[in-house]
Amino acid sequence: MAADAGRYSLTLSPRTRRRKLVNLFMQALATLAALSAVAVLVLVIVSVAQRAFGALTWDFFTKTAATFGESGGGVANALVGTIVLVVVAAVMAIPVGILVAVYISEFAPPRIATATKLVLDVLNGLPSIIIGIFVFGLLVLGSGQAAWKGSFALAIIMLPLIARATQEVLALVPSTLREGALGLGASRWRTVVGVVLPTSIGGILTGTVLAVARAAGETAPLLFTTSIAANVVTWDPRQPVLSIPVDIFALSESPDPADHARAWALGFVLIAFVLVISLGARLLLVRHQKKLEG
Amino acid sequence: MNPDTMQEVAPIEIAQPTEAPLSTADREPVFQTRDLTISYGKSVAVADVSFSMYNHLVTAIIGPSGCGKSTFLRSLNRMNDLVPSARVEGEVLYHDQNIYADGVDPVEVRRRVGMVFQKPNPFPKSIYDNVAWGLRVLGMKDDLDGRVERALTQAALWDEVKDRLKKSAFGLSGGQQQRLCIARAIAVEPDVVLLDEPASALDPIATSKIEDLIHELKHEYTLVIVTHNMQQAARVADMTAFFSLERTESGGHGVLVEYDETQKIFTQPADKRTEGYVTGRFG
Amino acid sequence: MSAVPSAQLLRVRRRLGDRFGDIFLYGLTAAAAAAAGALLVAIAWKVFDVARPAISKFGFGFLTHQGWDVARNQFGALDFIWGTAITSLVALAIAAPVSIAIGLYLSELAPRGARTVIASLVELLAAIPSVVLGLWGILVLGPFVGQDLEPWLHRHLGFIPLFSGSPENSGILVAILVLTIMIIPISSSICRELFLGVPDELEHGALALGATRWEMVRGVILPYTRSGVSAALILGFGRAIGEAIAVTQVIGAGHGIHWSLFVTGDTLASRVAEQYQGAAGLQLASLVYLAAILLVFSLIVNLVALAITRRFSYQRAGAT
Repeated sequence: MAADAGRYSLTLSPRTRRRKLVNLFMQALATLAALSAVAVLVLVIVSVAQRAFGALTWDFFTKTAATFGESGGGVANALVGTIVLVVVAAVMAIPVGILVAVYISEFAPPRIATATKLVLDVLNGLPSIIIGIFVFGLLVLGSGQAAWKGSFALAIIMLPLIARATQEVLALVPSTLREGALGLGASRWRTVVGVVLPTSIGGILTGTVLAVARAAGETAPLLFTTSIAANVVTWDPRQPVLSIPVDIFALSESPDPADHARAWALGFVLIAFVLVISLGARLLLVRHQKKLEG
Repeated sequence: MNPDTMQEVAPIEIAQPTEAPLSTADREPVFQTRDLTISYGKSVAVADVSFSMYNHLVTAIIGPSGCGKSTFLRSLNRMNDLVPSARVEGEVLYHDQNIYADGVDPVEVRRRVGMVFQKPNPFPKSIYDNVAWGLRVLGMKDDLDGRVERALTQAALWDEVKDRLKKSAFGLSGGQQQRLCIARAIAVEPDVVLLDEPASALDPIATSKIEDLIHELKHEYTLVIVTHNMQQAARVADMTAFFSLERTESGGHGVLVEYDETQKIFTQPADKRTEGYVTGRFG
Repeated sequence: MSAVPSAQLLRVRRRLGDRFGDIFLYGLTAAAAAAAGALLVAIAWKVFDVARPAISKFGFGFLTHQGWDVARNQFGALDFIWGTAITSLVALAIAAPVSIAIGLYLSELAPRGARTVIASLVELLAAIPSVVLGLWGILVLGPFVGQDLEPWLHRHLGFIPLFSGSPENSGILVAILVLTIMIIPISSSICRELFLGVPDELEHGALALGATRWEMVRGVILPYTRSGVSAALILGFGRAIGEAIAVTQVIGAGHGIHWSLFVTGDTLASRVAEQYQGAAGLQLASLVYLAAILLVFSLIVNLVALAITRRFSYQRAGAT
């Protein structure tokens, strides 16, 4: 009956006590790390929001920058510039991205598919400043800056993102769907265009949205291709345009506190746009995945 | 209720012997469950199980699938704790101490109650390190080589691996991996070893090696084995507990139907349900 | 029924149209894929092309030569190679344990409900454009570092050469902190997925022996995911060396090689961003030569990470 005798006792031995303490300590460190990361995020967003607060007026969005010495004025030209740049870049990148993804997913022999995926991954990992220099050397040197040249640089950045996202969602389309269509007598291209792509549209959209969010925030490639712009709102892609990130960059380096205030305001607009879009894309992705998995 | 024919049978009390059978009279109970009920969230998996498992005996748990055998087994070393929705009511007494009492750490329980799983799960380490890892973690580092050799010998694996201890455990066959998992479990000198269908993923030859092993191991350890293979239970177990499904309005849950010496269960079962199962009428 | 011949004709036309469509689609997509490959080659080629004047003038000596004198047309990359190395390596050293810790927290520790929320928040950190992080770096982090952190470090640990020198609001240390903030979200997300991918049986096997959660992590999860985690960290490192904007905003555009983290400096990427405007002739070519060196480093780093991932996924397939 002497079950509590030392040998079978379940009370904690000193060694186990020590091990539990180490366990607790490690858990605390991990929790601290995660909460610190969240804290930094909150800190940055709050800093930006706080300092942007006063400047976000209607005028801010609709007027261009005030001439030197005057107060007030807005960032309409940078806003429009970003819209032009991103839209043109999307028009360039989306078709090519989808085509590359379709090739990898539907046509490429395995080794070429792997090689193409590798190319996309390497492109994705290239510093954006390198891409800026590339487009500079290719298009700007000798002929000047223009919005569409900046868009071309942004499109190169967007391409791997769109292609990979599309390829991943194409891979999720069940082969039974393809076989069903082909079995009905549909040709390859009809199957892809009429069945496979529409099924994947959610994932393609998500990839595009995330790529747009990334492109909207890029500064380095635009420094070389479209940064010196007149202080007017222009929708013409053949002109150099000012973009929000480049504007923030220039303002942040200025010693004038008024410029800093505008930089914060622009930063807030950019963060808000990027975060809202990223969240939206994530939700879209989850919903789309659920739909595909039935 | 006969799950096969969905006919009501008269409710039968659990046919547990009123006095301990001869072979267990002078044995110490290692585990004793009292009204043990385990649920996942709202659905009950196993209800009101009360019986004792005795020292240095092999106790088999048999029954049709879905009657909570594995759930019950895992409650003996608190592995159910890993499922967030799992809830335990009643008591599990290990040498008269309730392992679910406040202040009892699962880590201490598991040191004494080891487990071998259905699918062999060796660590991505060398054969030597698979056995040595637990020893190092628990501070049993003296004569590490000796302890590893003894464990592997007891698990009937030493001769087959002694020349490749540093090779990856993944290079072993399924049966060898399972014996490695047994070696790993007994290296840390537990009191009890729980085996959850240890041979179900193995071929017949590997299975019979495991069964031979079980015969050997019970001299040093107490073993509780879940198996869906009745013949296996008949071959290896001293005591057998038969679980079955009891239908309720909310679905069904497992109950202990009968617990006795293996011979009695298979030749003269006291309960009709037991008889139905062991004679193959259902399950 | 006289419709038979024309139905036949339609079928033939359709089949021809289908075949043409198939070939056209195949050709179009293959061309797109080839274009992507050509693009990669073109980028490398063009960068080296624009840098050619500097390459032919300085050769490989450029990499070992210090000093950046615009007036006398003397340029050398060594200062910036050092800057890139020290900022990214120290940032990686800080970010690595933190990313692993966050990955473990999100896969093992966090309460179920909070898991996705916190994971999303950490990923959101990656979505912050680098120019905004740089803005915050200049106007918020910089002053904190210059007026609080560096003086504290100097006072208490000033005997270590890293913390010698006079505190400033911009410099290597601020750049390191900003880069750390950039590496962590990427690396920790990948780590989290890797840790979640460890089979339950392995974890249970360790816990059933009587190990604590941490011992299980150290003995099973970390060894199992070793390659993947390395790849994740190397990818983060690749991101750090290529970051031009946020770094140039906070690093102060200095040069020289010092041990102190308090001084201003430049990395390969940040020097290019800093001086591109109005640069021409040999200065421009030299800046692009810096970019070419960065390109080579970046390609090596990314290919190493990808190679690890590839070998690791083969291993995984083999082990089962």
